[in-house]
Amino acid sequence: MTDANRPLPETPSQTAGPYLHIGLAPRLAGIDGPCAALGSPGAEPDLPGPRIRVSGTITDGAGAPVGDALLEVWQADADGRHAAGGFRGWFRVAPDARTGAFQFETLRPGAVDAPGLAGSAPHLSLWIIARGINTGLATRLYFADAAEANAGDPVLARVPLERRASLMARPGPFGYHFDIRLQGPDETVFFDF
Amino acid sequence: MGRDAGMPPKGLRPRGAGLHPPALTPAYRSSIARAPHHPPIAIGGTAESLHGPVFGHGDIAPDEANLLAGYGSGGAPIGERIIVHGRLLDGSGRPVPGALIEIWQANSAGRYRHPGDRHDAPLDPAFSGCGRTLSGADGSYSFRTIRPGAYPWPNGGNDWRPAHIHFSVFGTAFAQRLVTQMYFEGDPLIPRCPIVATLPDPAAVTRLVGRLDMDASIPFDALAYRFDIVLRGHEATPFETRPEGN
Repeated sequence: MTDANRPLPETPSQTAGPYLHIGLAPRLAGIDGPCAALGSPGAEPDLPGPRIRVSGTITDGAGAPVGDALLEVWQADADGRHAAGGFRGWFRVAPDARTGAFQFETLRPGAVDAPGLAGSAPHLSLWIIARGINTGLATRLYFADAAEANAGDPVLARVPLERRASLMARPGPFGYHFDIRLQGPDETVFFDF
Repeated sequence: MGRDAGMPPKGLRPRGAGLHPPALTPAYRSSIARAPHHPPIAIGGTAESLHGPVFGHGDIAPDEANLLAGYGSGGAPIGERIIVHGRLLDGSGRPVPGALIEIWQANSAGRYRHPGDRHDAPLDPAFSGCGRTLSGADGSYSFRTIRPGAYPWPNGGNDWRPAHIHFSVFGTAFAQRLVTQMYFEGDPLIPRCPIVATLPDPAAVTRLVGRLDMDASIPFDALAYRFDIVLRGHEATPFETRPEGN
């Protein structure tokens, strides 16, 4: 085996720190510019398909809000396709700096039907960074009212039964509710995906 | 984290222990209440995480890689002008073209343009500290900026961050998503920093240090620092049977 065949080690992660908005959501740092809206939900072109509204709060192990976090959402379109037909399928969500509450609207994702993903239930992939998070945390948001689809999902099948509720967005009068708990008894399930 | 026998082929290498900082690093106090207690559950490279959002030149303005221009009412930011450049590579050493690279940093006095920064150092009206670019066909990128200042932060009583630039990088797969920090060669604060010390392997610090690159400097204008970034690689092909982690 020569060195030329040795895989290069990945550059190590470091925390995004408390000032990540400057680079990733500049308007929240009071910085405007021609492309300050990059990543804003709603910047997508209008696409066919039902829309959903999701709200929740992100908290730490002491129950304190994590208002400096940034969430990235990566999702399929209504037909279960990723980055197809003009739908980027990616956007950023910044919680309220004081309360940690967040909300966003997007297309309801369809079930992904790609090779190796048979049986996947509709879901959003989330990636979370913040001060105190050394390496970005990946999780998924499933829909609690899609019980039949969820029952066949191969990723959910790897999650201990008693922890699956942390991945379920629950329908309510104002859309879906989905809290993110970084630590504690109801800690959100995170994935290495 | 163990390897997962059920992983589909051609997935990404698991982000196993030893490479990235663990979640809980008590000397970096902010991690104490924010570190999940459960290890992440490996789900391998599902097809969706092997793809990722695609960005183009319509997403960024041409001058966003030049932090010396384009902010405020004009004028040049105060500080030592530098070029920060390098290449974005995958785990096989191949260039990653067309990838979005975003940076943010403090000004030359060590102050961020952010409502949360309470450090008693002056803001620079000509400096936002925000930059963006797309990697070129050969994976290369380059920013013009000023060297950020060191600054004190509330952690251990008298902790100072070494000068650093935050990097956010996309690959071709969402599972390659990476946020990190570049430090500057020769900075004596690097070995004293609790955030640098979150790295499980002290030798890995060298891969976060931008090297002085006189060949890329511009005489009578700017010094240059080189920082290559390697994204999470794909699983070994059958002839690569070397164990992970070395």
